[in-house]
Amino acid sequence: MPQERDKKRYAKPLPHIDEENRPWWEAVQRHELYIQKCRDCGDLRFHPRALCTNCLSSNTEWVKCKGSGRIYTFTVTNQNQASGFRDSLPYVLAWVQLDEGPKLMTNIVDCPPERVKIDMPVEAVFDDVTPEVTLVKFRPATARS
Amino acid sequence: MSLSRKTALVGVYEHPTRFAPDKSMYQIMAESVSGALQDAGLTIKDIDGLCTAGMGMGPMGIVGFCDYMNLTPNFVDGTNIGGSSFVAHTAHAAAAINAGLCEVAVIVYGSTAASGRFAIGTGGGGGGGDPCDQYEFPFGPTTVGAYAMIAQRHMYDYGTTPEQLAEIAVTMRLHASMNPLAKYRDPITVEDVLASRVISSPLHLLDCCIISDGGGALVVTSAERARDLKKKPAYILGAGETVRHAARGQRDFLEIAAAQSGRLAFERAGVSHKDIDMAMIYDSFTITVLTTLENLGFCKRGEGGAFVSGGRLRYDGDFPINTDGGGLSSNHPGMRGMFLVIEAVKQLRGECGPRQVKDCKIALAHGTGGALGTRHSGATLILTNQ
Repeated sequence: MPQERDKKRYAKPLPHIDEENRPWWEAVQRHELYIQKCRDCGDLRFHPRALCTNCLSSNTEWVKCKGSGRIYTFTVTNQNQASGFRDSLPYVLAWVQLDEGPKLMTNIVDCPPERVKIDMPVEAVFDDVTPEVTLVKFRPATARS
Repeated sequence: MSLSRKTALVGVYEHPTRFAPDKSMYQIMAESVSGALQDAGLTIKDIDGLCTAGMGMGPMGIVGFCDYMNLTPNFVDGTNIGGSSFVAHTAHAAAAINAGLCEVAVIVYGSTAASGRFAIGTGGGGGGGDPCDQYEFPFGPTTVGAYAMIAQRHMYDYGTTPEQLAEIAVTMRLHASMNPLAKYRDPITVEDVLASRVISSPLHLLDCCIISDGGGALVVTSAERARDLKKKPAYILGAGETVRHAARGQRDFLEIAAAQSGRLAFERAGVSHKDIDMAMIYDSFTITVLTTLENLGFCKRGEGGAFVSGGRLRYDGDFPINTDGGGLSSNHPGMRGMFLVIEAVKQLRGECGPRQVKDCKIALAHGTGGALGTRHSGATLILTNQ
């Protein structure tokens, strides 16, 4: 699948990285995926936040994920006028449920859109879209499929 | 404290325009306020409460609109929770009137979404500033796509079919054919819906609402004052509102805001599902209707596909909805909750001509704002003419 990085300038929106979320984005740059776990009540959360949404504790453990999960739901996007995306149609938008529990929004790559199915086992691929930003996408799992 | 029958909608106005390149959003809003006041038999001098939200307004848009209209109300509510805002405003206005904060509240909306060429459903380039946006916008979620993911999961879990979703669009078009103001009035078939191009799987073009210009306004006052006004009052029986989102990564995506807002509205209104004679259900997409009906409790989760089939939702069916043709065929100027309340009131008054639901005594309106597949609001309102 053609990657945006082959172009001169990456045209899709990039995340705003701040002091609260920087550790997560830096880990992704190292090709590592983390979720957070409250050290006080044990609640898991994604995306990263300073305080636990269950008990408001700021005592947080970063849990490294295996990078494996299953497609919870998806859509093959055939129309999006927005800059960057209109040049990469069709693309697969999905919510993936990590084996650790939380769901995250992503793209399914390295797979023809017509073969994408709910509950398909997938594994993380780290797409270094710019020198500063890496995005976590998923492809069909090689070992388990 | 129960709000039941203490306040009423006494004026409604749907702006007839569907395409108005010659008008500003503010002019459409002002004309809508004028229309609703005339409908109620009130004047601009009677307004002492104002509620609005819009897509083209600034963050303090309600103050700008008061400037434009030269209003200095005693109560203002600029709550913006997307397309459901005006359903929520109606409840907020009722509560404010009941609490003595104001006496006559006007709720208004206007938009030039079509003539301004907003790519509402398929412009997912976003770049919003909220923390959650940073983990979503990089992957290209369009509004259609976010709803499509709900449809995909519903089909996977319950075997819901594209034909069942298509029947919702077909029914809305039938209703639009009886509404002279509707933008699209030519009948369509299930085959037409399935043959239209797939925008974001599994949703076809005709599973998606249209984009139009438009506007409307509502007037709410106390039940006591309502008795002396021109039109038969539509009393507010109960209301509820809430939001749903990714829930720190742990959401059950087929449970939507309507489950909570609907439960609250029914409890507060003191009526049950079988008492509802017709409903106005936000139809941004066909799947929105199906999941909303399930979550409001009109059928069980997973049974929505069967529930919407066989003509049940037609104006002359067992459970009529969206008799104006809905967002799928009549109008959708960006935030459609306004028109849910307007049509519900017209049905309760018996003003709907060929699409009138027989013996309509209790109506429900449910607005959805945002996107079911990412985050959204839901607001439910139950009204009666009794």
